[in-house]
Amino acid sequence: MFDPKQLQEVEEGNKCYEEAVAKALAKNPERKENFTTGGGIPLKRTYTPKDLEGLDYSEDLGFPGQYPYTRGVQPTMYRGRFWTMRQYAGFATAEDSNRRYRYLLSQGTTGLSVAFDLPTQIGYDSDDPMAVGECGKVGVAIDSLADAEILFDQIPLDKVSTSMTINAPASILLSMYIAVAEKQGVPMSALSGTIQNDILKEYIARGTYIFPPKPSMRLITDIFEFCSNNIPKWNTISISGYHIREAGSTAIQEVAFTLADGIAYIEAAIKSGQDPNVFGKRLSFFFNAHNDFLEEVAKFRAARKIWAKIMKERFGVKDKSAQMLRFHTQTAGCTLTAQQAENNIVRVGIQTMAAVCGGTQSLHTNSLDEALALPTDKSVRIALRTQQIVAYESGITNTVDPLAGSYVVEALTKQIEEGAWEYINKIDEMGGMLTAIEKGYPQKQIQDAAYQYQKSIESGDRIIVGVNKFQIEEDMSERKLLKVDASVGVNQIKKLHAMKENRDNVKVKDCLEAVRKGAQGEENLMPLILDAVRHYATEGEICGVLREVFGEYKENVVL
Amino acid sequence: MDRKIRVVVAKPGLDGHDRGAKVVARAFRDAGMEVIYTGLRQTPEQIVATAIQEDADAIGISILSGAHEYCFKAIIDLLKEKNASDIIVFGGGVIPETDYPTLLGFGAGAIFGPGTPTTETIAWLEKAVAEKRAKEA
Repeated sequence: MFDPKQLQEVEEGNKCYEEAVAKALAKNPERKENFTTGGGIPLKRTYTPKDLEGLDYSEDLGFPGQYPYTRGVQPTMYRGRFWTMRQYAGFATAEDSNRRYRYLLSQGTTGLSVAFDLPTQIGYDSDDPMAVGECGKVGVAIDSLADAEILFDQIPLDKVSTSMTINAPASILLSMYIAVAEKQGVPMSALSGTIQNDILKEYIARGTYIFPPKPSMRLITDIFEFCSNNIPKWNTISISGYHIREAGSTAIQEVAFTLADGIAYIEAAIKSGQDPNVFGKRLSFFFNAHNDFLEEVAKFRAARKIWAKIMKERFGVKDKSAQMLRFHTQTAGCTLTAQQAENNIVRVGIQTMAAVCGGTQSLHTNSLDEALALPTDKSVRIALRTQQIVAYESGITNTVDPLAGSYVVEALTKQIEEGAWEYINKIDEMGGMLTAIEKGYPQKQIQDAAYQYQKSIESGDRIIVGVNKFQIEEDMSERKLLKVDASVGVNQIKKLHAMKENRDNVKVKDCLEAVRKGAQGEENLMPLILDAVRHYATEGEICGVLREVFGEYKENVVL
Repeated sequence: MDRKIRVVVAKPGLDGHDRGAKVVARAFRDAGMEVIYTGLRQTPEQIVATAIQEDADAIGISILSGAHEYCFKAIIDLLKEKNASDIIVFGGGVIPETDYPTLLGFGAGAIFGPGTPTTETIAWLEKAVAEKRAKEA
């Protein structure tokens, strides 16, 4: 980007600078011997044009909306429209969550994001012995279409886009969404939204798997195909680095493992006979926004660039929108502190800035009390307001990719790109992500990073304000926290049993048999599951049949 | 202490958040303890059976899903039922401090919230096991 004469001048200038540094150091040493990013990338004292030697503006950066999309996927980015402000929410019953969604929509949130409770995420009905104590706790309990109807009551599904954090049973919850829309008179072709549907990161980091890898991949590619043909605006998967990072990975590992998962999905779908130019357009991604502002901005830029190259060069994808990495971001839950929890507002503010400078398409901001419990209405509002302040007041939304050309940001973008490629190549050599997971490779890498992180806090090398420095005595008992009562589970089970008495049980049995036959064969399972859902077969019943045919995944415990 | 401390680190219920459990398990191991990590989705019955079978001094429960009241109570009740109440139960995760008295009331020895240094948990466990063994001796 710079001509030799300019670089020569920089080099000479640098000599003077080094002398000045030596004098300064003699008087006052620096705070630390070595400075690194949050993810451990060494940071130099200062960056200059010399660090960008070899950087080719057109090839490495290009313009926003142009290959390799380093600077963003749209030409105008937030000058056209802000990102979707999408707050992940759901707790207790469908009624409670519906109330929270309508509150969020009234406060200016622009898309819904459904959190399901763990039994729903793992394919158990609320009355299953495995569900005891968990009903409605980390999200809303959904057993059948009857619950989904209440969940989206008075929410126009042709106007609101909905993201659902559901993985192993994604086809069932997507079917429920389609069926509710049908009852509202909205055809599936008009629906927009996302299902997470990313099983690989469940094996690696998040833990809500049900079935073994092979049938799981089939369920996923069935969804790709069904959506390509029927719900063209639906994001069929949200390939997630968020949970990988939450589990303790570095920024480089987050990018690398997520994109390696992406490669595995592309390969599986191609193998099932689908065209990446078509299904590739509806793949979306999900990243974490951690505390180290510069590293995070660089991470988002690097991820876009690597993915564009993978799609174009590795898979020969010509369709522009299938080359674009579009992503949702959530601020890092693991950076929230239980101590002096109000300080979390500031952390979330910094992380929001990073996500926006990194060009996110949608964003969830965490609430200040989430290291302690589910957030209250008030803390959720503050989290949403944080996004609105960044959008309307900070000014960083008025020019596209505002940190481009910063010596350090460009240098970090390049380093993250190189680091991620190293991991991706290594995983390729192992035979792909499925084999790597079987060997426990990504799991071990993440655990090692998590352990290092904890040790650096305990040694005082890493300061967390309020935790290992600037502590105060606090009276936690005065805090107002949201609590989900045990009666939620009891009532949900009553509702479930009443529903089962009122449905056409002969029809349900037929539908479940059809799902079983389909699972034993090779046809696309989506239409069969949709039919079962329409007739109020429960999630537990459908997953039960699939468990019988597919078996269950057994965790590979790595320590 | 002649015999090494044996501790089961357990993930009860459906919660998949195992970062904390694994970090703590490793810290225990580095502190010279023998650690049995259960992996995810353990029922209270499985956890108690593991602890008894492994002749564990203690069970450390990690839970972030909000199901802590049910899980702690079920595990502690089962230990009583199996005449194994000498096994120390402690834990951590996303647990509101207002719920600590309930869990301690069930018989839990201590609850360690987010941000607790592993050294603090280790020191507590070493002391608790030493006291337990002194009583038994």
